[in-house]
Amino acid sequence: MIEIESLEFHYPHGEFHLSIPHMSVSQGEKVAVIGPSGSGKTTLLNLIAGISRPQQGTVSVADQVVSAYRDAKRRDFRITNIGFVFQDFELLDYLNVLDNILHPYRITRALKLTPRVQQRAIELANGLGIGHMLKRFVGELSQGERQRAAICRALLPEPQLILADEATGNLDPRNKGKILDLLFENVDAHDATLLAVTHDHELLPRFDRVIDFLDFRSEAAA
Amino acid sequence: MIISSLYIAWHYVVFNKVRTATLVACITLIAFLPMALQLVLTESERLLQSRAADTPLLLGVRGSALDLVMNSLYFDDEVPEILTMQAADEIGDTGLAYAIPLYVRFQARKQPVVGTTIDYFDYRNLRVAKGRMLALLGECVIGADVADEYGLEPGDSIVSSPETLFDLAGIYPLKMKISGILQRHHTSDDQAVFVDLKTAWIIEGLGHGHEELNKTQDKSVILKRSEDSVTANARLFQYTEITDENMDSFHFHGDTTIYPITAVMVVPNDAKAGTLLRGRYLENTQYQIVRPTDVIEGLLENIFRIKSVIDAVIAIVGLATILAIFLVFALSVRLRQRELTTIFKLGCSRMTAVRLILAEIVIIVLMSGIIGTGLLYVVQANTDTLVRILIFS
Repeated sequence: MIEIESLEFHYPHGEFHLSIPHMSVSQGEKVAVIGPSGSGKTTLLNLIAGISRPQQGTVSVADQVVSAYRDAKRRDFRITNIGFVFQDFELLDYLNVLDNILHPYRITRALKLTPRVQQRAIELANGLGIGHMLKRFVGELSQGERQRAAICRALLPEPQLILADEATGNLDPRNKGKILDLLFENVDAHDATLLAVTHDHELLPRFDRVIDFLDFRSEAAA
Repeated sequence: MIISSLYIAWHYVVFNKVRTATLVACITLIAFLPMALQLVLTESERLLQSRAADTPLLLGVRGSALDLVMNSLYFDDEVPEILTMQAADEIGDTGLAYAIPLYVRFQARKQPVVGTTIDYFDYRNLRVAKGRMLALLGECVIGADVADEYGLEPGDSIVSSPETLFDLAGIYPLKMKISGILQRHHTSDDQAVFVDLKTAWIIEGLGHGHEELNKTQDKSVILKRSEDSVTANARLFQYTEITDENMDSFHFHGDTTIYPITAVMVVPNDAKAGTLLRGRYLENTQYQIVRPTDVIEGLLENIFRIKSVIDAVIAIVGLATILAIFLVFALSVRLRQRELTTIFKLGCSRMTAVRLILAEIVIIVLMSGIIGTGLLYVVQANTDTLVRILIFS
């Protein structure tokens, strides 16, 4: 599902440098990414999602070399194939929960908002336990409820790949387990692939595989 | 996509109520003020000019022509110098025109009391909608607005106001019987109380009615009695209402040709007669004849000169406000950088982001447009009243 070769990335300003000689994730795998803060875990997800573009090397998702695409095509590919659960949820406070879940459908041409999509959004929200708060604004939600809304938004287009950036951060242990269960259920239901950045080592046994960023550093150094 | 952009933008403007209300208020005021001003001025121009055009010439005492015109045409409470009935008679004697005397000095319930002759109603084409025209001393006909404002009907009464509260020895209020209500004319006539000239003079105290001294039983009111006259003291009862019973007791002392009026409406037989009359009064040191249209044009020139200054001020303030609005939008885009980053991450293109912001501007401008149109509608529906308050008060 994901193939990364000889990736080199740095931001225009600053000293941060990310180097990944090789990384591969198979279809249906549930992979955790760990590493110290500032090591580039979120940057890696942005590169896979096509939000950022590497200076060197290639990033392929579902046999498509995403890193070679132009901006608009990368964006369309991301919208239709990748679900992204952002670290800070990225919900809009002036929209209610349902409108937040449907938001990508209203701001992109690649996704079409139909009654069926709206129905699926409601079903998904019910499944994630936020069906009764669809008309509430983000400011009225707890951290866990916001997290669920963000997951719901990411899962709605039924993506092949789900990227989750600290999806369980800021949550108590009971809710962490619940959120992870929900993610895994949906990933399994659609035979999707999950790549989740986490700091929480207690959750690691639940994943199929763990990628440690420290390995990339030693690999790159070698 | 456009509907979706408007949907999202609508939620944004509704969520940020204070910001939206401020922007809407600024845009509405900037657009509304010049338009409302224009409406009021256009209406005032129309009102002033049409009334002036309907009045060929005015004769008055030499002095402020504007006071003379404003008092005679719009019944403004600024009373011009007083002239006598003789001046009106002199106009009639020329054979060049007929004269309609006006005495606009008193008020009843804050409405002007216009003393005139029946000719005035014919000339102004004023018809009675309810009741009948003036016929007897002490009667009045009232304009449609006066009737509406005070809920008056024919048969009711209206009392003239004393000129000052402290004028205890002077003019008594006169209770006047309303004989009729005039048809609405959309002019100052709608807001006036019309009486016969003699009734106006009675209000002033130049004519009066009292119990007959020869028949009075109360000897204490007699001050002096001689063979041909009886003199009474201030205890003598004077009537404050003219009724069928006491009408005969009303009388005027002295020569009525020297009784006061405020102006004479001069209706020349033709244009030539008008020119001749104006020529005759050109050198007159006591009286002046003015053409109301000339006076009103002069007044309008001043009003429009002031309007152009106001327009310039509004334009500068408007420009500053528009710049401030642009600044608000520019700052708001900066403040919303995080939100824009979010929508870009969610797959929004730059073009869509621009469309979202434009949709917000469209909604705000549209809201301003709706409110501004509503306000303009209210102003337009009340221009007549507004003009009277702003120009004639």
